[in-house]
Amino acid sequence: MIAGLAERLRRELGPGRVITDRQELRTYECDGLAHHKVVPALAVLAQSTAQVAATVRACAEAGVPFVARGSGTGLSGGALPHADGVLIVTAQMRDILDISPADERAVVQPGVINLQLTRATTPAGYYYAPDPSSQQICSIGGNVAENSGGAHCLKYGFTVNHVTGLEVVTPDGSVTRLGGRALDPPGYDLIGAFVGSEGTLGVATEVTVKLTRLPETVRTLLAAFHGVDQAGAATSAIIAAGVVPAAIEMMDALAIEAAEAAVACGYPPGAGAVLIVELDGPAAEVAAQFDEVVALCEGSGAFEIQIAADDSQRALFWKGRKSAFAAVGRISPDYIVQDGVIPRTALPEVLRRIDELATSNGVRVANVFHAGDGNLHPLVLFDDAVPGEAERAETTSGAIIDLCIEYGGSITGEHGVGADKAKYMPRMFGDDDLDTMQLLRCAFDPAGLANPGKIYPTPRLCGERPGRHTAGDTANRDGAEVF
Amino acid sequence: MTALDELTRPAGDDDVVGGVPARLVAAPRDTAEASALLAATQDLTVVIRGAGTKLDWGPPPRALDLIIDTRHLAGVVEHAAGDLITIVRAGTPLGSLDLGEQLLALDGPAGATVGGTVATATSGPRRLHYGGVRDLLIGITVVRADGKVAKAGGKVVKNVAGYDLGKLYTGSYGTLGLITECAFRLHPRPQHALFVRAVAPPAEAARIRAAAIAPTAVEIDSATGELAVLIEGTPDGVRERADLLAKLLNADISDKSPEWWGADPWAPGGIGVKLSVPLSAVPTLAAGPDAVRGSAGTGVLYAAAAGITEVERLRAACVRLGGHAVVLTAPPDVRDILDMWGPTPGLPLMRRIKDQFDPGHRFAPGRFVGGI
Repeated sequence: MIAGLAERLRRELGPGRVITDRQELRTYECDGLAHHKVVPALAVLAQSTAQVAATVRACAEAGVPFVARGSGTGLSGGALPHADGVLIVTAQMRDILDISPADERAVVQPGVINLQLTRATTPAGYYYAPDPSSQQICSIGGNVAENSGGAHCLKYGFTVNHVTGLEVVTPDGSVTRLGGRALDPPGYDLIGAFVGSEGTLGVATEVTVKLTRLPETVRTLLAAFHGVDQAGAATSAIIAAGVVPAAIEMMDALAIEAAEAAVACGYPPGAGAVLIVELDGPAAEVAAQFDEVVALCEGSGAFEIQIAADDSQRALFWKGRKSAFAAVGRISPDYIVQDGVIPRTALPEVLRRIDELATSNGVRVANVFHAGDGNLHPLVLFDDAVPGEAERAETTSGAIIDLCIEYGGSITGEHGVGADKAKYMPRMFGDDDLDTMQLLRCAFDPAGLANPGKIYPTPRLCGERPGRHTAGDTANRDGAEVF
Repeated sequence: MTALDELTRPAGDDDVVGGVPARLVAAPRDTAEASALLAATQDLTVVIRGAGTKLDWGPPPRALDLIIDTRHLAGVVEHAAGDLITIVRAGTPLGSLDLGEQLLALDGPAGATVGGTVATATSGPRRLHYGGVRDLLIGITVVRADGKVAKAGGKVVKNVAGYDLGKLYTGSYGTLGLITECAFRLHPRPQHALFVRAVAPPAEAARIRAAAIAPTAVEIDSATGELAVLIEGTPDGVRERADLLAKLLNADISDKSPEWWGADPWAPGGIGVKLSVPLSAVPTLAAGPDAVRGSAGTGVLYAAAAGITEVERLRAACVRLGGHAVVLTAPPDVRDILDMWGPTPGLPLMRRIKDQFDPGHRFAPGRFVGGI
């Protein structure tokens, strides 16, 4: 079946678009979650919406599953290929189609790199606000699939808050345009439903996003504390004071050690925890609030506060934070990156329990997190060469997710459920919740061909349901549809 | 059936939606009772009613057996101030929320309920800064057509686990199920606020954006030719930013909003239209023959239309500019011959969603786009 599909796609897409060579296909066997590996049966390097649509249509007709992939930087295995399916790579669709400061919108193809969009709009005084740590390499299409966040989503929101228009190829291979530059298109919020659906409702082939005005002022401080409790207290004090920083990031001693080893970011020696607090906005507002934040950090026990004097020092503060995941490789041969969310006020208690878990399981956990919104990224360190350590690390990582659920949080704040966390979904949601979510899946993809096996541990069967169809339904159908 | 008798009462003279009288009314006291009610009445068509402030919005239902009144589904379930979130029952009037030093930044008609605000996705001046319903809603509990209770999202702001069904229910006009609880992200109540008011062309909004003063709202009213900007923040910061803007626009500073601020431009019983256009098109729309009022910061505006000709003219203008015009409310004679929703891209997908969530089409049949 795959051979026939490959032949059809070669014919329809032209030369150089279809990969069937096993060695070449191995390039795509995993995304950023490298311990899940599946070689796809076939890969398509799409260059246009028409090519994505032709591929999906061919898959639909052949009953073959398909998985979309942008840059492949996802950390939950969302772009993990299907062994008997087609991988649709959108990385070559990387044109910025329009930048309109007057509309505060940009229109991009899905393969456009997140940071490139910001770079392209900065000269006009704008930027693209969602800034995942992988923003130098991750694609907007992938951001749409995962509803990516970033350090600054505390103030500015996630991808879904910044997408106003989509062109999508639905799992039957048809192309539908949703929204555009204007807000609030009539009908159900299909954009809101699609963003964050992890490739299970179709493939985004064009994205219209909001551009955000560059703030007049950005001020950043690095506060060093003796321990995470103090840093947590400072975070609470800042929120309680009614300040909405652009970002509040925390790292614990082990994460600091790793970052220092990797990028020599110059964090204060001896710190048990550091906070990076960034304020942005009109100079008149930032000035007053920044002094308040400094005082609150001092009041919570900060023993040293560095204030970024310029952009390069600010970049250095952030370098330690943004490189933290990779930096952990300097102090441990192997590690698991976890992503969970707790109500922010539970932070000190949850960190204590993570510490207990680590101790009882005999592994080390480095903590890096978006403290402002309670999004934890515990890094569970282990050595795969030591028998049993990988299992203990996996157990610890899973137990941390249980902690997040116990405290009323979420199993993922920004990395997505993907292949990795589908098994945890029933711990956070009941059967009826998962069943109801999948009604949406059935509306878009009754055959279950779009990225199957992701998000939901048990697929719902989408049988034709007998509906009560009245004459009014049909009468109104004509004339109201616009494609 | 006794169960039905216990859960419902016969409808009264006021239990009418868009001229269609209901047979029965029910006011469940909690999600469990709402679940039992919907499970026991699966062959009945339903319209959900909150405070009724927008009950005349949208076309009338094709059929109406039962009104579900949310008045007893009221109250705050949780307000976690330190986490900047609240969970509220759907029938709670927005105006009754006491969140202390915090703010649920939803604009809507006075007296509107939380559920009605979510179901109609009302959009007001402060959306520019705080976001709209879809941006503030972080979790939802609904009762489906078959009575099953489902939750999506949660009570933490950052959460990407599973489909965000809250987005789907936001602006769904009660056609997908009964919303019983909503979780929202909150904002700190601003310490200070000032309005900068000028008689100025709407195109000045572009200069306000360029000034990077981060306004909370930028509103225009083409009938008076006024432009007003809301600035919030610290007392010193607000004063400084307002001064800057007042100088830029040759405007006045006031601690009071203009009378037209956030008010529907149509009279009760008139034709009310919601318009949305790209930002660059707001001046063009405002310069047209029909008076418009609303946000030059988000491109969502409102108009009172005198008749069908004016509606069609407004809609044609919005579509030409890359936007939409939806008739929110209109008198029966107009409503009967007018396509209130207008062109709806993605309608086939929407029909499939409706068929999945409400296979019997019992929820508000005919009230939504394309006769959904």
